Formats: sequence, C-alpha cells, structure tokens
Amino acid sequence: MLLIPCPYCGNRPEIEFAYGGEAHVVRAADPGQVDDAGWTEFLYCRNNPRGDHAERWRHAYGCGRFFNVKRNTYTDHIEASYRIGETRP
Amino acid sequence: MANLVHMVAPARRVPPCADTGDRRYTPVNGGARFLLRLREAAIGPAAEALGIDLAVPLNRASVVNSRGAMRLSPDEWLLLWPETEAASVAPLLAARLTDRRYSLTDISHRQTGLMLNGAAVPDILNSGCALDFDLAAFPVGMVTRTNFFKAEAVLWRQDEFSFYLEVWRSFVPYVWSLLSIVGREYPE
Amino acid sequence: MTQAYRLAAGGRIDRSRTLGFSFDGKHYKGYQGDTLASALLANGVHLVGRSFKYHRPRGILSAGAEEPNALAGVGCDDAHYTPNLRATQVELYDGLKAESQNRSPSLVRDYGAVNDLLWRFFPAGFYYKTFMWPRKAWTKFFEPRIREMAGLGRSPQTPDAACYAQRFAHCDVLVIGAGPAGLAAALAAAKTGARVILCDEQAEPGGSLLAEPDAVIDGLPAADWLKAALAQLAAFPKVKVLARTIAFGYFPHNMLGLAESLTDHAGEPDDTSPRGRLWQVRAKEVVIAAGAIERPLVFPDNDRPGIMLAEAARIYAERYGVLPGRKPLVFTAHDSAYRTALALHRAGCAVAGIVDMRPAADGPYAAAARRAGLPIYLASTVSGTGGRLRVARATVVSLAGGAEQRIDCDTILMSGGFTPSVHLFSQSRGKLVFDATLDAFLPGAPAEACRVAGAGAGLQTLKEALESGAAAGAGAVGGAAVTYQVTNAPLARGGFIGVVPGHVDPTSVRAFVDYQNDVTAKDVSLALREGMRSVEHVKRFTTTGMATDQGKLSNMNALGIMSAELGKPVSAIGTTTFRMPYTPVPFGYFAGYARGELFEPERRTAIHGWAAERGAVFEDVGLWKRARYFPQGGEDMRAAVARECRAVRGGVGIFDASTLGKIEVVGPDAAEFLNRMYINAWTKLQPGRLRYGILLREDGFIIDDGVIGRVSETCFHVTTTTGGAPRVLAMMEDYLQTEFPELDVWLTSTTEQYAVIALQGPLARQVIEPLVEGADISAKAMPHMSMVECRIAGVPARLFRVSFTGELGFEINVPADYGRSVWEALMESGLAHGITPYGTETMHVLRAEKGYIIVGQETDGTVTPADVGYSGMIGKAKPDFVGKRALAREAFATQTNRKQLVGLLTADPALVLEEGAHIVADPAQPKPMTMLGHITSSYWSETLGRSIALALLRDGAARTGETLHVPLESGDARVTVVSSVFYDPEGVRLNG
Repeated sequence: MLLIPCPYCGNRPEIEFAYGGEAHVVRAADPGQVDDAGWTEFLYCRNNPRGDHAERWRHAYGCGRFFNVKRNTYTDHIEASYRIGETRP
Repeated sequence: MANLVHMVAPARRVPPCADTGDRRYTPVNGGARFLLRLREAAIGPAAEALGIDLAVPLNRASVVNSRGAMRLSPDEWLLLWPETEAASVAPLLAARLTDRRYSLTDISHRQTGLMLNGAAVPDILNSGCALDFDLAAFPVGMVTRTNFFKAEAVLWRQDEFSFYLEVWRSFVPYVWSLLSIVGREYPE
Repeated sequence: MTQAYRLAAGGRIDRSRTLGFSFDGKHYKGYQGDTLASALLANGVHLVGRSFKYHRPRGILSAGAEEPNALAGVGCDDAHYTPNLRATQVELYDGLKAESQNRSPSLVRDYGAVNDLLWRFFPAGFYYKTFMWPRKAWTKFFEPRIREMAGLGRSPQTPDAACYAQRFAHCDVLVIGAGPAGLAAALAAAKTGARVILCDEQAEPGGSLLAEPDAVIDGLPAADWLKAALAQLAAFPKVKVLARTIAFGYFPHNMLGLAESLTDHAGEPDDTSPRGRLWQVRAKEVVIAAGAIERPLVFPDNDRPGIMLAEAARIYAERYGVLPGRKPLVFTAHDSAYRTALALHRAGCAVAGIVDMRPAADGPYAAAARRAGLPIYLASTVSGTGGRLRVARATVVSLAGGAEQRIDCDTILMSGGFTPSVHLFSQSRGKLVFDATLDAFLPGAPAEACRVAGAGAGLQTLKEALESGAAAGAGAVGGAAVTYQVTNAPLARGGFIGVVPGHVDPTSVRAFVDYQNDVTAKDVSLALREGMRSVEHVKRFTTTGMATDQGKLSNMNALGIMSAELGKPVSAIGTTTFRMPYTPVPFGYFAGYARGELFEPERRTAIHGWAAERGAVFEDVGLWKRARYFPQGGEDMRAAVARECRAVRGGVGIFDASTLGKIEVVGPDAAEFLNRMYINAWTKLQPGRLRYGILLREDGFIIDDGVIGRVSETCFHVTTTTGGAPRVLAMMEDYLQTEFPELDVWLTSTTEQYAVIALQGPLARQVIEPLVEGADISAKAMPHMSMVECRIAGVPARLFRVSFTGELGFEINVPADYGRSVWEALMESGLAHGITPYGTETMHVLRAEKGYIIVGQETDGTVTPADVGYSGMIGKAKPDFVGKRALAREAFATQTNRKQLVGLLTADPALVLEEGAHIVADPAQPKPMTMLGHITSSYWSETLGRSIALALLRDGAARTGETLHVPLESGDARVTVVSSVFYDPEGVRLNG
C-alpha cells in the first residue's frame, strides 16, 4: 500500500485514495472548436510511461480533494504532490 | 377516517446496535449535523454568524458550548449541533451570507455517532483503519475522514483513549459488528 | 521405543512436559519446546514425505523455514486442517495430529513411486513435449492424472472454522529477525526512544543464539545475554516484540506484511479467538536481520531420508537435544560442518567421517575435529549413497581419482556454505550484488528506507552480526554505534555452489538441486542444452526455485551449474526475482474479518425492518438489501409480483425507494453546473419542478439517470441510480474541482439523509392527502413532475410528484430516522384503499411496461441518448455538456447500424424470453449466427396478460413490425418488433 502525500492532509495510506488517471489532460474550454482527431486524442489517448508519471489522485476518504502526484511507475517512488492548477514540478 | 395530519412527530429511530456487552462502545443517538461548504472569503462571516471558529486548521475541530465544527476539507465543515438549536443554523447563515455563496446541507439523519473509550481503542481502530494513532501523528483534537474497513468514517480524537466515530447510517450495523468482534481481542 | 534419539540432557525443551502426537496415525511422544520435526527425529523418524514428481522418499532436511521436504498436513479435523506446513516450523502440542502428503496409500508403500523407476521419461519440461497430442487427451486424461500424481497436500473440504485478525501498525524501525543482529538493532534503536517492532518467525526470539553453547557476549554466555537482551527490550514501552511472526512480504513505501501465528502452537482450537493476525506495518526504517540459509551439496542421490543440512543437525542436537542419527557422515565445503561433527561426537555419536571437498581445512573447528580424532577425508567427495527408505551408506572418492570407499552411516550431514537470506531485500526492489569471495548475492543499494545486518548481509562472525545490527538500528534513528566483546565464536569459512565434482557420468545419476520441485542437476543442464540462457528461462523450464520454498535452498546451486556450463561468472548470469510470500501464508490471514455477513457491508434502509417482519424476499443491489417482493400465503414470486402489479395499476402500491442516490447541489451556479453535467437544460426549470436528467460520460455514452428537482433558485435535489450514487458524486466532484473550479456550487451526498417512500397508483393521492400539512397536492396545484416542501405525518418532507410506474405517483423524502414511522402512517392511511407494499421486481415490470430504461440494464456503457430515443431531451441551445462533443463525432453521425431500444412481443404470449438472449434474422443460418441485438429486459406483464421484452436491436427504430428470432435452448422463439412503450403510450394515467 502506497503512502501518498496529500497536499492538504499530509501522508496518508493509499486505501484512502482513488486513482484519477493521467494528470494534465486538458479538457478544451470550448470543445466545439476541437476537431474529431483532437477529441479522440483527449478521450482515449494516454501516455503509459515506465518511469515518471504525473497522475491524478483524489483523497476520497479524506479531504475529498483531487490533486496531482508525480510517481515513478517502475519504482513507485513519489517525487512530488501538488494541487490542481499548480505547475508540474 | 381519522385525520392523521396532526400526529406528533415520531421519535427518531436510529440503526440498531445489538447489545454486545462491550462497555467501551456507546451509540450517540440524535443531534443535528450539517455539512457547511464555502470559500475562504466567507469563513470569517460564517464563523461570526454561527458563533464558532471555522478558521481552524484542516483536520481539526473547534468546540463551543456543545457545538462542534470539524474542518474535514479546506472548504468543508461538519457541524455537530444540539438538536434544539438546529433550526436556527440556516437562518443565521442566510442573514449573514446574503450572496448565497455557500452550501449548508442538513445531514442529521445521514450518519450516526459512536463513542469509543478505552486504552485498547487505538489498537481496535487499527484493525480496519490504516492511520497511525500515535499521539504525535494523530493528536488529541484531530478529526478526519478516513475508512474503517469498508465504511467511510469521520474519526475525532477527543482524548488519548477516547474517539468519536461517525459513519453513514446504513453502515452502522457493519461497523458495530466489527468493533465488537475486534474488541474481543482486547478484553475490557 | 520412545524418543530413542533424545539426549538425556541439554537443549531448550522442557523434559517435564511430555506431549503425545500422531503422524500418519502412529503415536509418538515429544516434549514441550519441540517442533514436529525435532519430535519425529527424536523418535528416529526420518521418512516424512514423498517428492513432488518422482515420489521419492524424503526426510527432514533442515530445521527452519527453508524446509522443502518435510511438509505435513496438520489439524484435528478438516475444518482446522492446514496442508503443506513445514514440520520444522510446526510447534508440538499435546494431541497434535499430522499426516504426510503426496503418497498413496502410505509413505512406505507409495504407488506413485513408479514414477521414480520411469524417471528418465520425466525430464524437465516433459509435459511441454509429451502430452501435446491428441489434443483432447490433455484435458480429459493427462492433466487430471498429472494433477493427481503431482502436487502437495490436499485442500480441506470444509470451511475454515478458525477466525483471523488483522492490524495496521506503524513504527520508526521494524526489525525483521530476532537473532543476534536483530536483537542488537532493536536495542540500539529502542535506546533512542524510537518506536520499534521486532518480529521473528520462531516461537522463541534468539535465532542462532538458541543453539549457541560456546559463545560469550560481553562476558555472558550467549543464552544469558539473550535473556538479558529480551528483558531489556521488554522494559521499553515503545518496543513490541512479535514472536511466531513471519515477515512474508515487502511492499512499496516501507509497508511490510507480517503473519503472526496466535493459536497454532496451543493445540485445542478455540474458534472464538483468532488463529493468526495479519500485520500491515508501515515502518519509517526497516532493518532486515534475516540471517543466512545453509546450502545443500548437489551430489548423486543426495535426497535420501537421513541426509540433512549440517547446521540443522547441530541445532537439533543443541537446541532440541535430539540426535539425527548415531553414525553420521559429514560432507562439507565449509568449516561449520566440523562444528556439527564435534557437537555430535561430544553427544556420543560415532562420527563416520568428515568428507571435505577442499584440499585443506585449517580453521579452528577443523583443528578441533582433528584433535578429537575424527576421520577426515580432504579433497574428497561423496559419489553416491545407498539405503531404501533411509540412507545407510555412502561411497567416498578422492577428487584426484582412485578407488571408491564405502562408508556405512545412518545420516549424511552436508554443508555447501551459507546463502544470505536476501528475499525481503529483493522484494523491496533493492539491488543485489554478487560477491565472488562469498559466492553469494549480497544486498546492494536499497530501494526503500532499509538496512541489512548480520549474516543476511554476508557477515560471518557473531561479533560482526551484533555490531552490524547495532549500527543498523542506531543508524535508522540517529543513535550511537555500539561494540560487543565476543569470545568463543570463531570465523568459519568455505562454501561451494553448483554440482559437486566427481567421477560419475552426470546423466546417469540424479543429484537434486531443488528438492521441492524435484529438479536435478541434469534438468538444469538439459535446459541449457535446449538453448535457455537467461536464468529466468531456466527457472521456468525446469521449475527450479518455483516451489513454495521460493528457491531458498536451490537458487545458488542452480546458478552455479549454469555458471559452470556456460563458462560465465554468476555475476554475469544474475538471479531471478524473489517473490512474496517468503513462506506460504494461509488464506484466512488475508480474509481477516471479511467473511460471512461481514464480507461486505450489508446496507439496509430505515424501512428494512418493516419489510423483513412481513416476510419480504430481499435481493442485493450493490451493497444494499432491497425488498424484491412481499409473498403472501405461500405465493411464489410470479404470483406475488402479479398481485403487486395489479394493485399498483388498479389501486395503490407503496415502495421503499430509499436506496436511490441523492445529491444536494447548492450554490448560485447550481443550474449552470447541472447544465454542464447533464444533457438536459436546467436554467429555465422553475423552483418546485422536476426534470428527468441523463448523464453521459465524456465519450457520449449514458452513465446515469435520475429525476432532479429544483428546490430553490440555488438548490437542486439530484437523484441517481442506486448503484451509481458514489460514482456520479465522484464524477461531479472531479469536474467541479478540476474543470469548473470557478463555479460557486457545492455537492453533498444526501442518499442516507432521506428515506424515500414511493406511493404509486390511481389512489395514491387519497392515501397521502390526509397526512400532508402545508401543501396543496391536488392535481391542479401539484401536477406531474413537480415538488413541494411540506410536512407529512408530522415530519418535514420533500414531496415529489413523479412516477416510475406510469401511474399517478408520489415520492416522499423524509429524514431517514423517521422513515419507518412515516411508512407506517401511510400504511395506516392506505388501509382503506387496499394499499399494497411492492418490491423491486414489480417496480421493474411496471417500468418496463412503460418502456422506462434502467441504466445498466438497457444500457451497457455503449449506449447514447439517441440509441434509447432520448435525443429530444438534449438541451439544444447549450454550448457544452459532458459528452456533447463526443456525440458530434463523425463516427456517430455516419454509423447506420447502431443498436436501438425497441420492444419485442413473442408470438407465444406465454413465453418469457431470457434476458441476454440474442436476436437474429434467420434462425436456420449456420453458426456462429449474425447477432442483431439482445434482450435487455423481459417479464411477464400481468397488466397486459402476456410477456413483454425490451431489446437493443441494430437499426431497431426502422424495424418496427419486423419478425425476428431469438434462439433459445428450448428452441426458436419468433418475435415482433414493437414500440418500447407497451402500456398507456399517451401517458394519460400519469396525470390522474
């Protein structure tokens, strides 16, 4: 079980969190301006790196906040966690 | 047929907790609960309206005259209020926060409280809660949402060996059974 | 013959407490403090098992967790039976009942032993090649036979009667292993005031100190030092010492799994207190002091009962007061076996000789053996052994050649040196580094906050073990290093990996590398001849290291063989990944409390008790228990549902809808937020009105639906499906927090705040009206799809006029603690109108008659609003909502054969189709048939006096009137495509 640093509550056990997929996948402000290829990319295409990965987690059984985590998918080491809207470290 | 309109409001019926004989656990029935949600700017006015400090750090509670405000999220407070004063909460806030940029939701019946007292309670909680109950990590006065086995719970440490636990009403029998079973590993 | 091999004195057993036990039905005696293995050896029993593949007789090889042969099933009955336990770890208790495994009918006469005569036909990988044809024979004949012949213990057939506990724990330092290094680590850490957990797999902490009669630590004999150290640890309030607790897994972020055995040693099962406890420990720092495991030597016929590890033999003698034999022959490449020979010599054994592969042996133990006059054969090897069910002789030959010498013996005690136990370190993803001088993989750079101390780090003396432990324990918490004064514990050197050299044709003999999986040196060579080069491939081809012992004894020897045959150093070959668990852990530990009624929470509504008291039959919906129907007077489901349906259509029914998800959406931007989430338009919905909302995922497919009421300008009462409530709330929170954070709106789950009572039927208003205060609920004042806040039966309520049946209907939301009282008041009020409680089954039938969909039944995650005829609900003027852009994709616009919701009527009105059945155009077409769609809902409609079905059908909207076919097991069913609304298509009844 990972120990996830919630930017609001501090280190908490993974069991309190829900995974939210890759971070920084931006939903266009006006989806109507995005072409089909772009929208398909937004809907379905994700990176699947072996190594550093920026991903969303929600402290579902805690403060309820979504936030971002930079985790190495190979070692599971978490390098940083940061709030929604903050730039990726 | 009899006019039933004026029947007296019935007593509240909380989910059943079988008598296990374990004196460390006590259901806390009744009481009013609200979830208050608002942005940073409204904390001060709301606190004044309610007469309770809301600017406590995250995962801490403030208590005034048997009213409690538990900050569960940067913008979320669980208010525990005496039932007799519950009706005034909404009007007090509405009068002060006239832009209505807040949410106050009555959840008095959504969850029930259980009081847990005893030296073994931190160990008992650790059967289904993965938090560290060392006083340095979870000091007296800390309150947080977490999980107890497969139930969501709000856990408030009132003293080294006294915890107040709130769970949603339909999870009460489940949580109560588990507390009882685990309690047997730590005779009173 | 009672305990003929027990020494009169010595060891840590309690001779005043005699324990009786049985093995394969035969009764023996042992003492308190024995393991099953030591007690069997005390009674001269070496033959304890048959091997996995060849059914060869096997004996006790070791004295610890690494035991590959002596696997036993233990338990007084099937409900307390655990198979595959290592006899070396089973603590003896009075009345213990154990049985051997993998033999039929008995250990001595085992039919499977025929495999041993046919061994040339069962090389590694034999099943990949031998049983390929005919194809059917594999599943019908070969596989079942092989499964019966191979394998380990039998599974118990009754549920486990024991209960199990689980605990999370946290500490500054978790020390794994309470040998000298672990004890020193725990002491050093504890002195700083740190929170320490020290766990050890054995009943008694102490590790090697439990069999250490010679060494003196800081002026105390080792046993006394151990006693003092444990007393010191016990005095620290923040130190927890867990005996009988095996650290089986090292998980990310310093989370370790420990299995603590609580009652297995106690005998009489007490099913009310836990048998074991799973600990999930989060440690700031971990000190692994897991010691080292002695390696067997790989020589011909090295697996006869009576052949055991030399250090194990010494442990049996010194810790348990048991002689493994009276005439031991020692075969070694390491000094420590000389110590064993000396110990047994002192205990009265006639040591038949010490065969040392090395040309010279000049350590202090060898010198002492020489002084004691023990016969020593240097630069020699054991080229073979004899004896049917117990070793009786060995042939010894000089490595330089010459004549074989036959030596009679009753045990062969071997030592190939010691392998540091790096399992946990490797599980933590720490890098292993090969040390060529020790022929061992040692812990290198750690991946977690962890340190390794003692023999597990390749340290070889007691002093080094203690001091490395102290350094690790102190280092973990910033404490001070400690030195220890140790005497009478000299360094022992040596070691060997691979196949013992000799003068026999290696293909004509069997020298076992992996005892548990019956892998021989020849098999490893075969794998290399077949072209395997990677250690991972060799492992999988031969299965070496893949048994439950995780290659504790075999890995290094297999690598040694590969190294020699490939002419590459071991460091260039590498090692396989060590996998958890370190030793097998019973399933019950992982299940913990989650069994029976506590497997998952059983959520019950406030009205559950009322329904249960009236004999309702319940069904599971998510975690909820919902009343499915209310049988009366011996009715079956169909009869009860028919009666309930008639009551709703003709009078009034009452239904517990409390499980519906409810979300309070509050704030000035509430309507805007719902605009962006749901397909519908919300801005113009007036307070006091309801609207049916559809929620899509971003990909355009329906994920949820529900009626939404506007309570006020800034407050919406959103309902969701029962199962979808948490998902919808999480999805809304996601958009609110990450996409629309500028909106002033907040979400609160109110699912459990309200009990919801549906009253449906033409008489519904008559039932409610007398109970209502503060609202006019007449048809004019309160039309279909409206809501009002009022008091019902004296309780504040949100009253919805809404229908999921097609009849005049109301849904009453009251605070949950009042739910049952209000329900009872309604029942009383409805008595005169024949009010009938109905369950989910009737609800399903009634809504299907109206063609109302159920998300998850008519939809499956690939259904758009258009597919179910709901395009009209889309708020056309809205610039955006979740799923809008996806629906506009060309792929949807150009796709012509989408499955669409239709109704189906069977030609035979009595036939109720199976849900999930496929629809085809021509039932005579060859298989596999072209599927046009499938049945999503199918019921007997009491209202219509015939069966009805809903289906998703390709181009369904254009097929009205077509005749299609549904192939069923009972034959072909002819169906006609009709509208999905079977009853009251104009909706007249809603407006009653």
